Amino acid sequence: MNKTANRDLLIENGRLVDPSQDLDRLARLLVIKGRVAAIDPADADIPATCERLDASGNIVAPGLVDLGAELREPGNEEDETIESGSQAALAGGFTSVLCCSSTRPCIDSPGAVEFVRQKATKARGARIHVIGCLSKGREGEQMAELGLLADAGAVAFSDAPKSIPNDALLKRALEYCRMFDLPIIDRPEVPELAENGMMHDGQISLVLGLKGLPTEAEDLAVARDVRLAEATSGRLHVGPVSTMGAVDMIRRVKSRGIDVTASVCPHNLCLSDVKLQSFDSKYKVHPPLRSGKHVETLRNAVADGTIDAIQSGHMPRSREKKMDDLDLSPFGGAALETTLATIITYMINEQVLDWSAAVDRLSTAPARIAGIAGGSLITGSAADIVIIDPNESWTVDGMQFRSHCISSPLDGHSLQGRATHTIVGGEIRYRLRPELQHIA
Amino acid sequence: MSNAVQPDLTFPKSWHRRHLLDLKSLSAEEISTFLDVAQQLKEMTQGCRHKISLLSGKTCANLFFENSTRTRNSFSLAAKRLGADTVEFSSVGSSVAKGETFVDTAKTIEAMGVEWVVTRHSTPGTPHLLSRELDCCVLNAGDGPHGHPTQGLLDILTIRQHRGNIKGLTVALVGDIAHSRTARSNIWGLSKLGAHVIICGPPTLVSPRWSELGFEVAHHLDDILPRCDVLNLLRVQFERQRARPFPSVHEYAALYAMNGARMQKAKDDILIMAPGPINRGVEITPEVADGPHSVILEQVNNGIAVRMAALWLLSGANERAKATPTSPLAD
Repeated sequence: MNKTANRDLLIENGRLVDPSQDLDRLARLLVIKGRVAAIDPADADIPATCERLDASGNIVAPGLVDLGAELREPGNEEDETIESGSQAALAGGFTSVLCCSSTRPCIDSPGAVEFVRQKATKARGARIHVIGCLSKGREGEQMAELGLLADAGAVAFSDAPKSIPNDALLKRALEYCRMFDLPIIDRPEVPELAENGMMHDGQISLVLGLKGLPTEAEDLAVARDVRLAEATSGRLHVGPVSTMGAVDMIRRVKSRGIDVTASVCPHNLCLSDVKLQSFDSKYKVHPPLRSGKHVETLRNAVADGTIDAIQSGHMPRSREKKMDDLDLSPFGGAALETTLATIITYMINEQVLDWSAAVDRLSTAPARIAGIAGGSLITGSAADIVIIDPNESWTVDGMQFRSHCISSPLDGHSLQGRATHTIVGGEIRYRLRPELQHIA
Repeated sequence: MSNAVQPDLTFPKSWHRRHLLDLKSLSAEEISTFLDVAQQLKEMTQGCRHKISLLSGKTCANLFFENSTRTRNSFSLAAKRLGADTVEFSSVGSSVAKGETFVDTAKTIEAMGVEWVVTRHSTPGTPHLLSRELDCCVLNAGDGPHGHPTQGLLDILTIRQHRGNIKGLTVALVGDIAHSRTARSNIWGLSKLGAHVIICGPPTLVSPRWSELGFEVAHHLDDILPRCDVLNLLRVQFERQRARPFPSVHEYAALYAMNGARMQKAKDDILIMAPGPINRGVEITPEVADGPHSVILEQVNNGIAVRMAALWLLSGANERAKATPTSPLAD
């Protein structure tokens, strides 16, 4: 397991899609010592020791970057561990994942940051970047020691999946963070309006008699977020969003030149609240499945770039927890292994996004928002690459996930597209078909 | 022993359901079949007072996670009138309090060899969850605000006994619609049979979305009263509300209580119904509750009839399904 991986690769015959370089064509990609050495190298420059991968019919893209997945360790290892989560990420084509600070204890100390980083290194899965808590203890009252967390390696701050209800705290933190130039991520929700809601507040929730999550709960928080971002010139990322109101406000504030970014989860791009008619807890997800008009608006917003990025929304919960009645069952489900295929099936194959735009939303933009390396195959960059078979048909089966969580709102769906190889720093850390290794 | 009459009842060919989870999924024909069977069983047991041996040897388990005396007892009596045995499980002081999950509790009960699990829970969808996990028949005795199918059926049966046909009647449901499973079951059942349903209450309890779904919404009871053939007065659910949707009980009563003065404006043959228990003085005054237009106590008796029908029909469908695995199993 610890043999020195060969980090020289030649990926041939694939369609190279790299929005950071405006690239979308058949090309060869040469990786030497874990870094992108050349696109379409001369034959003379290719070392004999190179592993050759035949990517015929496949897409070759910078590895996916996730803006927020819960890895649940320390504290809730029954839901997921850093090991299982980072392996699930690889299977989904992710080479970098920002992990949420919502562990127990939460990531509000340098020691906690260090713990996650060390575990992640050992796991040899996707690169794990740590999000530090915004507030001490994630209690939403006082700023956490953001500077010390930054020093220890945190790349962003957030209390997600909790929102930041204290306006003054968010404002202060946005101002303070300017000196570190690190983003704050807010999952927008006003707790009092959300109040025990179990699904989108609409006609379906009315008929089912389930307490609803009104769109105002999200819209008001987004309004607050964009206003504070403007007032402080701070770096704020709002997401994941799920409403027409959120999209509208983000579009307007961007048109005024304010630098706010937004993201959305794949399930909100293809599933609606109608699914809850089965009362199945696998559809109790964050953000909630909203009605068709919200889904439509979000799809268009991803297409036109109002929404910058797609994030998995990976919120794994153990089987026992999800087996409970809808009220007691926690929100969440596994998403790292279905995100890519969901976007291919419901966005690319439905002509809402082309490959270049899709890779931008899934890789280039999130890397830029998070301020981390990634999302690009420019010469000299770390070789974080995903090879995708766009035609691979498969049916989602939670029992087959590498994630500990088997619950997924996409469970049973037939999807197109899958990562065949996920490469981190030139090392092939994931193969869909390990028995087939193309060695020239 | 008591005079156990050998029953003469043909099992309806068209009935295939072995669970009763809600009224929304039932067709008009299924609802009518149900009411016919309930009426027959009511007569065969002489007004639900005498025992017949239709379901001897089978056991009905009540699995109640919410407080209930009437519904629980009604189901028990229904089972006993048909010769079945009953067993009671409540969540208080039970294995659930010790941390057992709801599904495990139900499976344990099923393993004891019961034919039906009658379940009441505060969260919508729990009977649906059980129907996916259990092999025995599942009966919804109320799942949060979502549904209470036997209540809907007994209300409709009561109306039918007085009016013959449901089609064309104007039935108003008054009060806390938002939290009421009785309201929802009535809305679906009545509209399927062709009644004109009016949903009446304060805007905080009666959402405009109901009119988007095609139902008449009214906020002033006095405005609709002269048109109503039936009023079903829902109890204000203090225990299911978190933030007060109206300023005071006094104000609610002023706006919505069915009292003598309002009775003057109502039709001569109006039926006054309530799912009970009633808050005398809040939804209904004593003179109306005890007056000639009130059919509240008949509703209670019809409840046993409807629940007898439910037990017999579901069990019959279950037996059929097990005997002929290829027959359609509409759950």
